[in-house]
Amino acid sequence: MDDEEQMEFIMEHYRHPHNSGVVENPTDEITEYNPVCGDAVKVSMLIKDNRVQDIRFVGRGCSISQASASILTDEARGKNIEELKKITEKEHLDSIGIKLGPSREKCALLSFNALKKILVKYGGE
Amino acid sequence: MAQWEKIKQDFPIFHSEKNRNLTYLDSAATSQKPKKVIDAVTYFYENYYSNVHRGIYSLSEIATDMYEKARENVSSFIGSASPEQVVFLRNTTEALNLLSYTLGRDLVAGDEVLISIMEHHSNIVPWQFLEERGIKVSYTDITEEGKLDMEDFSRKLTPRTRIVSMTQVSNLLGTINPVRVMGKMAHDNGSIFIVDGAQSVPHMKVDVRDIGCDFLAFSGHKMLGPSGIGVLYGKQEMLEEMHPFLGGGEMIRTVSTSGSTWNDVPLKFEAGTPNMEGAIGLSAAVDYLDEIGMDQVRDHEMDLIHYTLKLEEEYNIDDLVSYGPRNPDARGGVYSFNMGEIPPMDMDSQFRDNGMVIGSSVHPHDVSSSLDEADVAVRSGHHCAMPLNHRLGVVATSRASYYIYNTRNDVEKLFDQLEKIRKVYDHGR
Ligand SMILES: Cc1ncc(COP(=O)(O)O)c(C=O)c1O
Repeated sequence: MDDEEQMEFIMEHYRHPHNSGVVENPTDEITEYNPVCGDAVKVSMLIKDNRVQDIRFVGRGCSISQASASILTDEARGKNIEELKKITEKEHLDSIGIKLGPSREKCALLSFNALKKILVKYGGE
Repeated sequence: MAQWEKIKQDFPIFHSEKNRNLTYLDSAATSQKPKKVIDAVTYFYENYYSNVHRGIYSLSEIATDMYEKARENVSSFIGSASPEQVVFLRNTTEALNLLSYTLGRDLVAGDEVLISIMEHHSNIVPWQFLEERGIKVSYTDITEEGKLDMEDFSRKLTPRTRIVSMTQVSNLLGTINPVRVMGKMAHDNGSIFIVDGAQSVPHMKVDVRDIGCDFLAFSGHKMLGPSGIGVLYGKQEMLEEMHPFLGGGEMIRTVSTSGSTWNDVPLKFEAGTPNMEGAIGLSAAVDYLDEIGMDQVRDHEMDLIHYTLKLEEEYNIDDLVSYGPRNPDARGGVYSFNMGEIPPMDMDSQFRDNGMVIGSSVHPHDVSSSLDEADVAVRSGHHCAMPLNHRLGVVATSRASYYIYNTRNDVEKLFDQLEKIRKVYDHGR
């Protein structure tokens, strides 16, 4: 995909985010907020039998932060804990697909960091 | 207008192939450099580079002379009575830290420092350092229009106010503050009056004796000069009485194992090898600005901000909000705006509707990224003025700021692009 197509892919996720909302009776829930730019995501998740049964997010902020949460929740859905732990920062950034400067990388990593914090409970780093 | 197109030609950065279409609207952060400044620095490096005030050989004597001539030049640019009152430092930030450190030594618990809610972090944080010794920092509020609230100012000017430190021009709102009036009020109250000139000295005639301030701080890099050179102007007798800031070479007269004595002002405050090429470059920048005339510079920027506010009304972009006084007379060449606001998050009432809370807002990051794709460089963020953002009820804004190489074309390009961004973000909603 070229840059423009990739940007359209991001915008599509931003305008019509996947997995938006809040999981009822979640096993895990976390809010990440960047006070410097106001980006925020709340990720909620239901883990049963070691596997992500449901994962949703609500949030606000720039296109990158919100599209990133949409993409990440897609990726996480259905995975087991071990698979989740294996998702690296780089892989997540690659899945965004457009070249981000250091300040925009922070936006893209907001939801990623939320997920990683949840995983600490399950023995993640 | 043709005059300003020609002036733009003096800036090599706009000649390079990749910057052909660059519309640079971030001069409040830092300015571009004209050829004359670049040449002055190169000339010094290629012909006279050596340490100042030290060598007893002609190269060093000439370098010292060039450095001191730069001081004289900057001194007369701001109307200072003598070059000895001009201290070369790194930037505004360092100048304000120097003041908080030195003047702060004389303050005791219960004393107050009065600043404003529209200050840059560099005129907030150094004063907050004093709070651990029981000194209170108070903040003058702004009016709805984004001007300094003078009633609040006089209310907060108390018998315990020892220092008043105010910006002359807000780097976010563009508001020009009545520093002469405030200086008079501060002095009548027995307070020291400091002016942060980072956003005024580059853009308008600033005369320290006319203002009557005790200190003025500003940065070379925002006024066509190199980065790493800044100025602290001070009243002679006050500079003489103050304790030094950094200790080291140059700032001493004698050093022995039983103690040291200080050099004369201004060298007392210039510890270590100074930024010689910076001072020389700044001096060339001052010459260049003098040639154009500071009143001319101010008129041009007033025209640009006037045109900006006019186009804002004409384009009438959905949800576009902007901040600061509407009267170009009361405002520098700074235009901060949002396409729908993003307020700071209240963690208790977060995501109440359990849905996306983007609404029709386009985040300032997205605004500047999109503008960047069209070669329009604006800054987005809190602009080192978090308390002001909070006061305005936003976490960030986008900001276009003008200087002498900008023209009405740039303003048009800005609004054309903003209109496009609005469409892209509305598309498919
Ligand atoms: C009003 C104001 N004060 C102080 C500063 C700090 O200047 P510097 O970063 O050059 O020290 C700035 C620059 O952003 C400013 O706009």
